[in-house]
Amino acid sequence: MKEKTYVEDIDRSLYDFRNEDKDAYRLEEGLTPDIVRQISKEKNDPEWMLDFRLKSLETYHKIPVPDWGPSIEGLDMDHIVTYVRPKDNKMQQSWEDVPEEIKDTFTKLGIPQAEHKSLAGVGAQYDSELVYHNVKEEVAAQGVIYTDLESALHGEYADMIKSHFMKLVPPTDHKFAALHGAVWSGGSFVYVPPGVSVEIPLQSYFRLNAAGAGQFEHTLIIVDENAYLHFIEGCSAPKYNVANLHAGCVELYVGKNSTLRYSTIENWSKNMYNLNTKRAKVEEGGKVEWVSGSFGSHVSYLYPMSVLNGEGARAEFSGVTFAGKGQNLDTGTKVLHNAKNTSSYINTRSISKDGGISTFRSSVVVTKKAEGSKAAVSCQSLMLDDISRSDTIPAMDIRTKDCDIGHEAKIGRISDETVFYLMSRGMNEEDARALIVSGFAENVGKELPLEYAVEMNNLIRLEMVGAIG
Amino acid sequence: MSEHLLEVRGLKAEVEDTEILRGIDLTVDAGTTHVIMGPNGAGKSTFGSTIMGDPRYQKTGGTILFDGEDITEESTDKIAKKGMFLSFQNPIEVPGITLSNFIRTSLEQRTGQHIRVWDFKKELDKTMELLQMDPSYAERDLNVGFSGGEKKKAEILQLLMLKPSLAILDETDSGLDVDAVRTVSEGVEAYKKTVGGALLIITHSTRILESLKVDETHILVDGKIVENGDASLVDEINANGFERFM
Repeated sequence: MKEKTYVEDIDRSLYDFRNEDKDAYRLEEGLTPDIVRQISKEKNDPEWMLDFRLKSLETYHKIPVPDWGPSIEGLDMDHIVTYVRPKDNKMQQSWEDVPEEIKDTFTKLGIPQAEHKSLAGVGAQYDSELVYHNVKEEVAAQGVIYTDLESALHGEYADMIKSHFMKLVPPTDHKFAALHGAVWSGGSFVYVPPGVSVEIPLQSYFRLNAAGAGQFEHTLIIVDENAYLHFIEGCSAPKYNVANLHAGCVELYVGKNSTLRYSTIENWSKNMYNLNTKRAKVEEGGKVEWVSGSFGSHVSYLYPMSVLNGEGARAEFSGVTFAGKGQNLDTGTKVLHNAKNTSSYINTRSISKDGGISTFRSSVVVTKKAEGSKAAVSCQSLMLDDISRSDTIPAMDIRTKDCDIGHEAKIGRISDETVFYLMSRGMNEEDARALIVSGFAENVGKELPLEYAVEMNNLIRLEMVGAIG
Repeated sequence: MSEHLLEVRGLKAEVEDTEILRGIDLTVDAGTTHVIMGPNGAGKSTFGSTIMGDPRYQKTGGTILFDGEDITEESTDKIAKKGMFLSFQNPIEVPGITLSNFIRTSLEQRTGQHIRVWDFKKELDKTMELLQMDPSYAERDLNVGFSGGEKKKAEILQLLMLKPSLAILDETDSGLDVDAVRTVSEGVEAYKKTVGGALLIITHSTRILESLKVDETHILVDGKIVENGDASLVDEINANGFERFM
């Protein structure tokens, strides 16, 4: 028998560089009303926001830790730093003005280059604060607002934010939504006016550099009627030996006959607890398209939800999850069909390797009033060895007879014959396997803009081969 | 040091403890055309795959020399890089890479050199025209949704682009209509003419052989070569079948 190539631990040096944060301003570890007050003061919150935070904190203490998913015992909230402000922090509109070290970080991650080439606007968050935000002039001229949430809270759109902030994901939703409500910091606000189609994507990138810290950014996007937006979110962090936490929140409001595409390539380091909540509300004739790649983190709970609230509203979810050594990724999606003739299509792939656990969890609810609705769920899993695990937990709650619901699930392995075929043309075994896995993740790859599809395939290669070739 | 291109000595192989190849000897010289015929289940395809290093077959005895080097324990990709090619009976569908990119990647792997896209594209277009393939197939995922005929043509396209010194064609003509067989045959002829490589054609019919000059014919029955001959042996099989060898 030939020797199989086995890679013990992958080289993540591309993402794994870290900066000293000795000059940064960190709040004490833990979670108390005093700490929440300090965050609020640092951020110059309006009065209602301080109240909101404190109430959320109370809620947080009342709700138990979820008992149905992967263990989060390694996460000790008394030792998570909830707020770390990078040094010399002021949000800049030119990369020239961003502090050198931080600018370096984003340059290594390719953000300014991508902005130059293919984006309509970029936001970059480093630890708890946005360090850069800029939107192309022609996009701004269309009336599109893309800014950090903090300044938006004090500007022209203050009322709009107040009436939408954590209304889709209330702090009472679950423990980490409450936590988010209490300590949120950073994130983006986007408003697309009626009839405006933003032709090229906007992107926010979240980088958590500080050890033992949490990142709690809030993304609020409101797409008004007959409009279009593609928003891309990227995230990464260097690896530390202490637990880091990400409990962000994304709220998307998709207006009548509008389409919002929300793409994520998440590559948190493998000490990260990713307890993120994303939700979209879609009005009549509107559509939300989720494209979601989950590669990083130690533990993830991630189920972007679509609330189809108007007649004919649609949701599409394309996801890929790759769980390697030491990872327990519980991902999926939720759809609530709450109006007539709504439709949803869920298409996911999960991959597990080196003892990784990948669980697909979905919930499709069709209410009584959602007559004539359609839902289709397709999930496929690929296990790359005998020590890895893959589970599928699709839940359906259908309250009307007048609907069309389908579900299919497949679990498989890489076929030896395919590997042999590719190798017979001169490709080595690692490359052949990486190619097969990339092909398996095509449902997401083909939905991403080219640069991101390439990045995703690099991540797969990184997981499969151990280096970027 | 051997002067032969391929020299197989006493090759034995099994799959899941069932012996399929039971001691095969075969010698192929550079530029020659060999045919392996035999009834279904004789081990013909296993023989082709085993030479190519298919890990699903355990070699339990014998040696394989290719271009003077012992490749008995070599991995498939290294064997391919030395200049061997196997055209699959059932080419596999691989989403995630286009036919064109796959061929270019393979070429770069074999030659170790970067290939200029422009030159590559020109040759690819020309070769696809020869094989009467719609150029749009180049940008489709490898074999995905191809008809049986298009898959076989795509194999011959790879053969012509990769220019190996030995091409093993495993039932390349099976399942094809008359026109497709003709096109594929023309492709194989073009390989002989332009590349001048050796051919080892595994088949149980003879349609693909009509336009080729066959140097040697081998009859494989029950994991052993039971008869060697020249092109006339093909005609004999055509007339009388395999009965007298079984």
